[in-house]
Amino acid sequence: MDIDKNMKILLIDDFATMRKVIKNLLKQTGYNNISEAEDGLEALKTLKSEKVDFIISDWNMPNMTGFELLKAVRAESAIKGLPFLMVTAEGLQENVVAAVKAGVSNYIVKPFTAEVLNEKIEKIIAKM
Amino acid sequence: MDDRFIDAFSEGTLNVIKTMANISPMPGKPYLKKDGSANGDVSGVIGFTGAVTGSMALSFSEKSILKIVSNMLGEEIQEINGDIKDAVGEITNIISGAARKELELKGFNILAAIPTVVSGKDHSIAHVLGGPSIIIPFEMEAGPFVVDICISRVEQKEK
Repeated sequence: MDIDKNMKILLIDDFATMRKVIKNLLKQTGYNNISEAEDGLEALKTLKSEKVDFIISDWNMPNMTGFELLKAVRAESAIKGLPFLMVTAEGLQENVVAAVKAGVSNYIVKPFTAEVLNEKIEKIIAKM
Repeated sequence: MDDRFIDAFSEGTLNVIKTMANISPMPGKPYLKKDGSANGDVSGVIGFTGAVTGSMALSFSEKSILKIVSNMLGEEIQEINGDIKDAVGEITNIISGAARKELELKGFNILAAIPTVVSGKDHSIAHVLGGPSIIIPFEMEAGPFVVDICISRVEQKEK
């Protein structure tokens, strides 16, 4: 399976340190084309104005949560098919079920390694 | 405090610090803390609702958190700055999530708020419930940190 390592990833997390950590993990596995947003609202603005190929989002964020962003993305015809990986400290079953019902592509609970992150990305791409 | 809670927070802490910073801290014997002082230089505090009410704090010595975050970011951080405080909040959030996931398997459905961070020598921790708390101490080469838990059970789902 050929994965385009130059695909544009939009990384959304309200903690700047966590964005740095995940960005480093992505770079370890060869993904270097990464944009960032601090919350779902900022991410939605970016998605409406720039071409993005893959979304990686935290759940708990101010202004617009990752869950609200997921629903907004899936409701917007131009971007509804975008792969969406929820990356979050919230591992409760009800949250996972809600995200799946809302159309999340996959879900990782923090903490995770570069290998796990890469595996999840590859699984999502393989299903497309 | 129910041993299941202590175990969940202890295991969650070990797993998170190992995965994120490649450090294996040594847990010590839990003990009771009766005042509001913080056992560290910077603390993350997070509140809980659901099957328990209360809060948890993670209090780090300066050297321990500098080492943890330096490892996480792959760069050396030499003082407590915005990155460090950011990281303390997120680490608190992630350890809370890990412990709550473990407790969910035992029938305790616990929700958490967004963490806050306090810092400075001699800062204090104001737990939601007030009163004494349980300290789980951890030791690593760079220095100590503690998990400080003050919670009360509300209900338990039969499993």
